Amino acid sequence: MPQTPQLILDSIAFERDDCLLFSGICLSLESGDVLQIEGPNGVGKTTLLRILSTALMPTAGKLLWQGSDVARHRQLYLQNLLFLGHLPGLKQSLSPTENLVWWRRIHRDHSPLKNEEILGSLGLCGYEDIPCYALSAGQQRRAVLARLLVTEAPLWILDEPFTAIDKQGVADLEALLIAHARRGGMAVLSTHQDLGIANVRRFPLVASAEAV
Amino acid sequence: MWQWFHRLGSPRWFYQASGKWLPWLAGITFVLLLIGLMWGLGFAPRDAKQGNSFRIIYIHVPASFLALAGYYVMAIAGAVGLIWKMKLADMVMKSAAPLGAALTFVALITGAIWGKPTWGTYWVWDARITSMLVLLFLYMGVMALQHSYTSVDAANRASAVLSLVGMVNIPIIYKSVDWWYTLHQPATIKFTEAPTMHPDMFHPLLVMIAGFYCFYALVLILNTRSEILHRERRSSWVKDIVLQNQR
Amino acid sequence: MGYGFVAILRRDLLLAFRNRGEIANPVIFFFIVVTLIPLGLTPEASRLAEIAPGILWVMALLASLLSVEGLFHSDYRDGTLEQLVISPQPLYLMVLAKILAHWLITGLPLTLLAPLLGMMLSLPTAGYLPLVLGLLMGTAVLSLLGAIGAGLTVALRKGGLLLSLIVMPLYMPVLIFGASAVQRSVDGFSVQGPLAVMGALLAFSLLIAPFATAGALRVSMHG
Repeated sequence: MPQTPQLILDSIAFERDDCLLFSGICLSLESGDVLQIEGPNGVGKTTLLRILSTALMPTAGKLLWQGSDVARHRQLYLQNLLFLGHLPGLKQSLSPTENLVWWRRIHRDHSPLKNEEILGSLGLCGYEDIPCYALSAGQQRRAVLARLLVTEAPLWILDEPFTAIDKQGVADLEALLIAHARRGGMAVLSTHQDLGIANVRRFPLVASAEAV
Repeated sequence: MWQWFHRLGSPRWFYQASGKWLPWLAGITFVLLLIGLMWGLGFAPRDAKQGNSFRIIYIHVPASFLALAGYYVMAIAGAVGLIWKMKLADMVMKSAAPLGAALTFVALITGAIWGKPTWGTYWVWDARITSMLVLLFLYMGVMALQHSYTSVDAANRASAVLSLVGMVNIPIIYKSVDWWYTLHQPATIKFTEAPTMHPDMFHPLLVMIAGFYCFYALVLILNTRSEILHRERRSSWVKDIVLQNQR
Repeated sequence: MGYGFVAILRRDLLLAFRNRGEIANPVIFFFIVVTLIPLGLTPEASRLAEIAPGILWVMALLASLLSVEGLFHSDYRDGTLEQLVISPQPLYLMVLAKILAHWLITGLPLTLLAPLLGMMLSLPTAGYLPLVLGLLMGTAVLSLLGAIGAGLTVALRKGGLLLSLIVMPLYMPVLIFGASAVQRSVDGFSVQGPLAVMGALLAFSLLIAPFATAGALRVSMHG
């Protein structure tokens, strides 16, 4: 049965200071899709993901969320979105619990899950109340990934989510992604890693050769 | 109306159209400034109290007028660039900043030179001089912000936001400086206000003000044209112009 | 709609509490500079009293400027600002929350410290009430206006000096009305006028500054 696409990228182009990074990107995502953006360094993966997060405006083209233009109905789109960039906003002087509490407050999350359970299931048991600056890079990553467990947003946009985490962490994150897709969620991520997830769609991002 | 607006927004159209206006504008500017200077410096009567030193107002007053007006030109161009994302408006804003700062500087310097024979000192903390100094800071802030961003778009939008904030604040700053001045020293020396000036002195001043307005427009257009060429240097029409000139 | 506001206010206050040392900096700066004045000028009470209103206000202004630079800095560096810009809540309110937190941890302590320093500079008795009232409103205006500059320069590597160039002209009315309220009171005049203007400045910057700051932050994020 053909599904209606939830998110459509309609010939997106991005230009920075008269230098065209990419153009004519057309994509669509349906419920249950996991999309991996591939490409060498500097090709614009992060830029594309930041456009999807609306942190950047595309130079041309538009985003459609459930058929409505994101530029016009930005609030509606943002309510359905979870974005984790390179720098995900983890406060170093706060503990993983405090960071998570803040995140849940600002996103108005009232799910009954307890903070300790969430952090414990990500292997941070015993580290919940230690300031983040005292944690390793991988543990900090895990503290960020805790947000994936409390969000109800159907669209996840993850920039290099596998950075710095160990094998067990990779497996945990893959399991999260699979569960998310099975619930009908969608994910767009950039990574150089081969994912252990069936039916991953791959999108090779190609640099634009032409100059303006 | 909208078609006209969008055509005006096209740098290429502006470059070609302004090329046709330039000789006329330059001619008018030259004639006005020449008449104004000769009339003001050579034929206007001496001031009873200040003697010949008052004649510096023929530079000082028009420069101060345009220093302030130029800020509004810059801020409005910035607002148009922010709201309608019009490239040309950004270029006008960028060109207006150094021009306005230069005029403010001229107004300050001529004011100081005029101050020496009039008050016996180059610098007094007078309301107008202080306001001019604040205006110079405002211009310098916009220019410095423009130059510190590496991305051209970000530089334009940041300086547009700042010039708008400055525009909203200028009346408040001016009023408070005025109030501060009256509080601290009741004005003992008053400038010869325009309406009380003798018509023989006032008419050349009007010509000079008109001449300065034309001069401002001329330099702004010239600056904008070179900014257009720089920004559009990769486009085919600019390359054509360069090739034609080389022949 | 207010939950984003409250969440940010609580988090910023908690962060301030964790980094207590940094918070004390503007207050210590204020204190030290005011101590230097009698050493550089004169210990004579009558002459100190003459310049006390101006000195206190100039120093409060500099102390506020010193601290406003860091308003968005750590949030920009660790990516929190990006998360705020793309959160579904109005950026206006979140910016306002950050400014309020900034005022609570810098402007308010400066205001409370000012009478003590006024005493050290032999400020006449009539000056204290207008000093505190003026600083109470004035430091809030300084935080609001400073936030615009901080938002515009947060993405720049060397924003500090530029920030003072941008913000100083905007600070001038606050300085003029704040210092003259104290001076007028010492001279035995009514201070209602300048304090009313200060209130108007506060209301005006409450309306304008968070919008301008939100716009500035969006520009900084795109850059």
